[in-house]
Amino acid sequence: MMNIGDRIKKWFQKTTKLTMGGGENAIIKQKERGKMFARDRIEYLLDEGTFVETDLFVEHTAKDFGLKGKQLPADGVITGYGKINGRNVCIFAQDFTVAGGSLGEMHALKITKVMDLAGKMGVPLIGLNDSGGARIQEGVSALSGYGNIFIRNSRYSGVIPQISVILGPCAGGAVYSPALTDFVFVVDNVSKMFITGPQVIKTVIGEDISQEELGGAHTHYTRTGNVHFFAKDEQECFAQIKTLLDYIPSNFRSGIPEIKTDKPLREFNIEKIVPHDSKEPYDVRDIIHSIVDNSDFLEVQGGWARNIVVGFARLNGRSIGIVANQPDVLAGVLDVDSSDKASRFVRFCDSFNIPLLTLVDMPGYLPGTDQEYAGVIRHGAKLLYAYSEATVPKITLILRKAYGGGYIAMCSKHLGADLVFAWPTAEIAVMGPEGAANIIFKKEIDESLDPEKTRQDKIREYIDKFANPYVAASKGYVDAVVNPDETRDMLIKAFDMSATKDEKLPEKKHANMPV
Amino acid sequence: MKNNKEKPKDKLVVDHDTYITSVPKDTGMHVKREVQGEMKAFIPGQILDIMVKEGQAVSEGDTLLILEAMKMRNRIYADCTGNVSRILVKKNERVVKGQLLIVIKTEE
Repeated sequence: MMNIGDRIKKWFQKTTKLTMGGGENAIIKQKERGKMFARDRIEYLLDEGTFVETDLFVEHTAKDFGLKGKQLPADGVITGYGKINGRNVCIFAQDFTVAGGSLGEMHALKITKVMDLAGKMGVPLIGLNDSGGARIQEGVSALSGYGNIFIRNSRYSGVIPQISVILGPCAGGAVYSPALTDFVFVVDNVSKMFITGPQVIKTVIGEDISQEELGGAHTHYTRTGNVHFFAKDEQECFAQIKTLLDYIPSNFRSGIPEIKTDKPLREFNIEKIVPHDSKEPYDVRDIIHSIVDNSDFLEVQGGWARNIVVGFARLNGRSIGIVANQPDVLAGVLDVDSSDKASRFVRFCDSFNIPLLTLVDMPGYLPGTDQEYAGVIRHGAKLLYAYSEATVPKITLILRKAYGGGYIAMCSKHLGADLVFAWPTAEIAVMGPEGAANIIFKKEIDESLDPEKTRQDKIREYIDKFANPYVAASKGYVDAVVNPDETRDMLIKAFDMSATKDEKLPEKKHANMPV
Repeated sequence: MKNNKEKPKDKLVVDHDTYITSVPKDTGMHVKREVQGEMKAFIPGQILDIMVKEGQAVSEGDTLLILEAMKMRNRIYADCTGNVSRILVKKNERVVKGQLLIVIKTEE
């Protein structure tokens, strides 16, 4: 009979062996590939000493293709819970040193268990993905594993924030889990995401492309719009995750986080940021940095669809989501990708009760057959839909141009903005001066003895009459024209006033959002 | 991911108004329009069969050649009526995506 001392010794031996994953050599190989060992990643990300592991002793029951009796420590995934910056989270980390982190039936079961735990307890779920994909030897059981994960990603969407971190390969079906989550983090030279990899592409289509070019971190951050944050190494990535979590709530019922910080680091000076000529560009982030707490702005998807800027900040300590046109890129027009980017962000904020600030300076939609054929109509509709559906406090500030359909789409009064402010530099009109002159005054210009002079006169006339916020203000479409120097104060008061907003949508099963 | 802090200098026209901004290189505006009569491979693959000869008259919709790709025999159809002025590929030749295969000159 074993005495207590022996039992404890046995437990300690088993635990020590299992927590070595695939063994010392496998861990060395992982580091040689420039990747951290899965357990080290959890230790690095979570607050010290807070991690509690679940299901360490789970074993696979596969019998075919050489797996029978084969020991796979923790079945290749580490699951459990802990704290990040003092808040509870649930986490899983695939262990590449065990069977390449491949997903089998029990591996998936462990993940779905920790997902259910996160859902019930209302805490964020963080997934560290690093896997060669389905464990082929387990056949359909592996596929069922993925399916069980996807349904939970989908059903918990909007209940708790779900974060995916791609710290190795994430290919084939596996990559759909991150795609269903709220935020995807990638690391340069480490992350690889694609549905069909380079080998398959080479065989079937004959195209030659490297893993990095096809689905590396940089490709996704700048071209595909599939990811939200890019880091140069894993440590930077973990720091970004912590920063993000500080802005968002733990679940859809908990309030938005409040962290008291200081005033912006830089003085706001509109004349230094915004050019006199309304056709000249500036970086809207300079304005954001001048009005938010501590000048802290966490930009989301900063490498893609750069003609619109989205991200998190704080005003008077409380989190807000910001959507802003970027005059520096494509004159801040709306197009397919920027509509997608903004609407997804708006809906995330609405899901988690994060108030929205919209900064408007855009001349319209990007013209061209490329956009039309790509479906700018149905993509653009997403933004109108997202703002209309959102019941969080919506504050809009029109900085400069707000023309035509874009004026409506950028959270106008008509889409339910609670308060619309405008700077004296705002130009709220159906279109720009030259376009208007060419269309509205076409007859007069054509019939004039000096068409060019008449054209210039009409442009000036139009600018005087319409390139301002007062026409819209006279109709109540703009609630107040504000002194730019008072922007931060006005916004803080507006969000403070809106904090108790209570608005409900008409009852329905769920909407048919344009996708 | 550094922003380049140099002032944007490209021009973008929206509804007759011209704006100074930056236009990223992969924006659709830089893509050249397709030229009628220039038949290109829409996918990389191998030329299986060429049904026409240089000088031959063709009508819009006629099959010009068979391009094998993705385990399928893909037909390349004439997009206009005219004469085959140049055939730039041979049977069994491997072609890349976008490669010019046949040029048709329309009657004017």
